[in-house]
Amino acid sequence: MTKIALNLISGRTIHQGVAMEAGKEKDAYTKACGIIEMDPSDLKKLGAWRSTNVRVTSPYGSVVVKAVEATQGPHPGLAYIPMGPWANSVTDPNTYSTGMPTFKGVPIEVEIAMNEKILSSVELVQKKCRGEV
Amino acid sequence: MTKVVPDVICPFCGTLCDDIEVEVSDDGKTIVDVYNACAIGAQKFMHAQASDRVTRPRMQQPDGSYKEVSYDEAVEYTAQMLVNAKKPLMYGWSSTNCEAQSVGHEIAEKVGAIVDNTATVCHGSTLIAVQDVGIPSCTLGEIKNRADRIIYWGCNPTHAHPRHQSRYSIYPRGFFTNKGHKNRKMIVVDPRNTDTAKMADIHYQIEQGRDFELLSAFRVALRNEVLPDFVAGIPKEKIYEGAELMKSGRFGVIFFGMGVTQSLSKNHNIDNAIMLTKDLNEFTKFSIMAMRGHYNVTGSGQVLGWQFGFPFCVDLTRGFARYNPGETSSNDLLRRGEVDAIFVLGSDPGAHFPISSVRKIAELPSVAVDPHITPTTEVSKLHVPVAFVGVEVGGSCYRMDNVPIDARKVVDPPEGMLTDEEFLTRVNTRVSELKGVN
Repeated sequence: MTKIALNLISGRTIHQGVAMEAGKEKDAYTKACGIIEMDPSDLKKLGAWRSTNVRVTSPYGSVVVKAVEATQGPHPGLAYIPMGPWANSVTDPNTYSTGMPTFKGVPIEVEIAMNEKILSSVELVQKKCRGEV
Repeated sequence: MTKVVPDVICPFCGTLCDDIEVEVSDDGKTIVDVYNACAIGAQKFMHAQASDRVTRPRMQQPDGSYKEVSYDEAVEYTAQMLVNAKKPLMYGWSSTNCEAQSVGHEIAEKVGAIVDNTATVCHGSTLIAVQDVGIPSCTLGEIKNRADRIIYWGCNPTHAHPRHQSRYSIYPRGFFTNKGHKNRKMIVVDPRNTDTAKMADIHYQIEQGRDFELLSAFRVALRNEVLPDFVAGIPKEKIYEGAELMKSGRFGVIFFGMGVTQSLSKNHNIDNAIMLTKDLNEFTKFSIMAMRGHYNVTGSGQVLGWQFGFPFCVDLTRGFARYNPGETSSNDLLRRGEVDAIFVLGSDPGAHFPISSVRKIAELPSVAVDPHITPTTEVSKLHVPVAFVGVEVGGSCYRMDNVPIDARKVVDPPEGMLTDEEFLTRVNTRVSELKGVN
């Protein structure tokens, strides 16, 4: 299976904000934040269609999200997961004595995971806490 | 007939818009519509009306399900947890009013807790930099009326602070900027071609994490010194052009966000951005401002500042205030397993902390005070729902430029629900009884 290496950043999107205020336990939040925005050229390298489920793995964890084409691109080599539990499943927790985890600039690998399910925010966090995923 | 409540404050982001109008039903109990707010702000008001809202505290059962308990039981559990813990962490404070923060700090002092706010994962590195080099800043009103050079560095207000540009920075017609955006030049620095960058006069699509280099390059270019051909992926001609554009303004401002605070150089990025602002003041008037996220994270820094002298990461466990980010900051404490209870109010670390920290919250005795159901409430031992500040209860909040604004109450909370301040006051009273102090 093809794996590609990308540099991950996270942050706010308007959809993330609206879905968050409407309720983090709802489907809309999963749809807004359980995604990875990738450059079209990176999707091509991966051999993935838009809206394919992918597994994102970093030295700090792993999570399944939906690969979508970046709307705020082009940014080849860079990937974007909106802030939320999906991004934080793989983010770099090292603070280097500043208190601030390194949320931007996390080395990740992305591979197609067509048959794996994207968990809702609550499910994801509860399962991660229990060590089930 | 519905009525319209004018001049409502929006309790979402640090822009703290004060021109919201909320239409309420005749009996004043239901919000019908929200005017002037952005999509996120409007959603916040409407969500307060949700029919599936949790209105009573819930305690986690051994099987992981939640059972409704009374507020009295919730107060007792919270007070006992804080009093019995050796080193409790009291985190959050950014989505509540200053009055509630103040009561929370009183409890923290009594039980010897660590108080940290969401700046720890947001503008904490900014606060460190400001302590290192100071900050030449101004108010958003001055920017609206005077600024003709606007720089957005590592921030995307179109998505995160949707009305910032229309109210203060790009579009409004001010006293000396009477042509609105035609008076202004806009520069955006971002590794993505964001919706903010698409509107800019110059967009620097920087290599991610190379902000320190580009900031240094601007400082060199301002003095017309020699630059290498490329810095952070940007050709030197474009850097000289940007430096000239900044110098030629009458009043400029740098707004910066998570792009610089969360990248690897962290506080050193901000140090350098502030020094760039200082350098620019040799040529024209320049200011710099952090794009604060939560509507009252600035207020939490203010209240902690005037009560204990430090804006976040305040350690009260030794009976006096200590501050040492990296040691007394939430994520470091959680990851190293140095706290034995966690109290969260007005924030959602379950969704916004790295998962390694969240695991610790799930293991520890924990209380989450939040009007919503969030990943934090769903891993905490106790969830205490409260009234929405800015919708169901008023109070003081600080805008991103440190201007205090009074939030307004629009409708009553569901019957029998407590506000943050009322809940904390009851916990404070119970803590005093348990500790035998006044």
